[in-house]
Amino acid sequence: MAMYKGSSINPKKFEKGQIKIIIAVLPLALFMLLPIIFIFCHAFKPLDELFAFPPKFFVTRPTLDNFEKLFKASQSSGIPISRYVFNSLIVTFTVVLSSIVLSTMAGFALSKLRFKGKYVLMEVNNMALMFVPVAVMIPRYLTINTLGMTDNYLAHILPLISMPVSLFLVKQFIDQVPDTLIDAAYMDGAGDFKVYRSIILPLIRPAIATSAILAFQQVWVNVESSNLYINDEGMRTLAFYMNTLANANNAVAGQGVAAAASLIMFIPNLILFIILQKSVMNTMAHSGIK
Amino acid sequence: MRRTKISKRENGNKSAYLFLSPYLILFFIFIIIPMIIAILLSFTNFNTIQFPEFKGFLNYINLITQDEIFMQYVLPNTVLYALIVGPGGYILAFLLAYALSQLSKIPRTILALIFYSPSMTGGVAMTVLWKIIFSGDQTGYLNSLLMKLGIITEPVIWLTDARYLLPIMIVVALWSSMGVGFLAMLAGILNGDESIYEAAAIDGVTNRFQEMIYITIPTMKPQMLFGAVMAIVGTFQNGLIGVQLSGSNPTPHYAGQLIVNHIEDYGFIRYEMGYAAAVSVVLLGIVWIFSTLSKRLFAEKD
Repeated sequence: MAMYKGSSINPKKFEKGQIKIIIAVLPLALFMLLPIIFIFCHAFKPLDELFAFPPKFFVTRPTLDNFEKLFKASQSSGIPISRYVFNSLIVTFTVVLSSIVLSTMAGFALSKLRFKGKYVLMEVNNMALMFVPVAVMIPRYLTINTLGMTDNYLAHILPLISMPVSLFLVKQFIDQVPDTLIDAAYMDGAGDFKVYRSIILPLIRPAIATSAILAFQQVWVNVESSNLYINDEGMRTLAFYMNTLANANNAVAGQGVAAAASLIMFIPNLILFIILQKSVMNTMAHSGIK
Repeated sequence: MRRTKISKRENGNKSAYLFLSPYLILFFIFIIIPMIIAILLSFTNFNTIQFPEFKGFLNYINLITQDEIFMQYVLPNTVLYALIVGPGGYILAFLLAYALSQLSKIPRTILALIFYSPSMTGGVAMTVLWKIIFSGDQTGYLNSLLMKLGIITEPVIWLTDARYLLPIMIVVALWSSMGVGFLAMLAGILNGDESIYEAAAIDGVTNRFQEMIYITIPTMKPQMLFGAVMAIVGTFQNGLIGVQLSGSNPTPHYAGQLIVNHIEDYGFIRYEMGYAAAVSVVLLGIVWIFSTLSKRLFAEKD
């Protein structure tokens, strides 16, 4: 028997031995991938292919009918789809941006500044990593009611901004920034804010990208806030509207529309991740809880 | 602990609180305070209209002794679901990360994207997809396929059949479980020191399995723990899919009723907020126990 050489982690180039691994994970990859291919195909199927018996997996004559119907459906319901899109864009943009600003600021303080209660706060945040938002949906609802934020954009936005996972990853990443660099800036007379803005922020771009993507994934598909805190139809988000469409249409004809709706929700996520995946992997390398 | 010049700076104190306060204020209002309210409400009877009435441990006692649905359906469903999706999804994520780490960059990135993408939607947006696949008449995709293969003769009403709902939920949850934790473990393995692997081979590690147990896992314990916590949270956070798939709460014959649905049922359908809060506290407790166990398992020994 040949001597075992140890597996090579992160090989530089493709070798024959890797084919075995690919074959081993292929069935699972197909299981993960097929539903996504299916939703792509389904969204572009014309009516007769949706009704086809036996049902077909792939689309043969793609059309945009389902997307057209999706937009018409919203016109007939009184609130134009542009309203939902507008709401979603405002909410998503605000949450992502504020989440980045707040996590990086807090991460900087937790990583590089000295103050009382620092280690307690870090412990509390580490505990909060295991926070399951759905478990407190009732008290959250009561809190938002008490604060008078019902039917307000703030009800979509504020509960999602503080993300323990995001702060945790950002803080771990800032830990990697060499202290000598920061010391030098202080020597030159920079204040804390200057250090945060001109040293920390430029150096932690991968962590910022990751924090952006995590916030985006939460807020973009969030239906809980529209469901529980918002009664005014015109204040609800695209995710909510798409979700009602998807759930209301059980007839086969509606399936195409529902698939188109799901696709519209999914695509921005996918594109964002493909663009930022290098930064995300870079950040994840520092994600360990010690 | 490392002490540097920065950490000795005097004015770090005041501005540190300034940097922290925006995050902390929102953190307390929407995470800490709701948890405290949940605990307080769990000792009361509260119908959202009248002021909560203190009842001591009555809700908890009722939950254990009176709530047949909880004991007979919700708890066993949750345990089964959580055990398969939690540890199952976690082990799967680790094995996949381990396999992918031994590929070169391009195939690795493509495969990682394939495994990660289902989790991006959080399961919710994709419910419609599973509804179409498991659609209950003969034009449903799964029914049609199984009938063609001769495995079944009559179409099965998958999503409202009490026998199939929970297994389908588990499959869907596993499908979308390769999330942040999976990426963290992949990055953790890739960051490992290659010379350790070479040294281990010389020192007598003779196969992949040994290598995985003695080298890979010990060198990436912190990532393993992060992955475990993310797996636990994801498992319980995804608990609403049963209601989404079957389209009703309670789910048919309580077959897909998980603890999260039970909270929603009592809180927003029956408006027994005190009781629902007690169930929430139990859920938070379960998550905490699981996370603590994982910490024991992967704690770095100093």
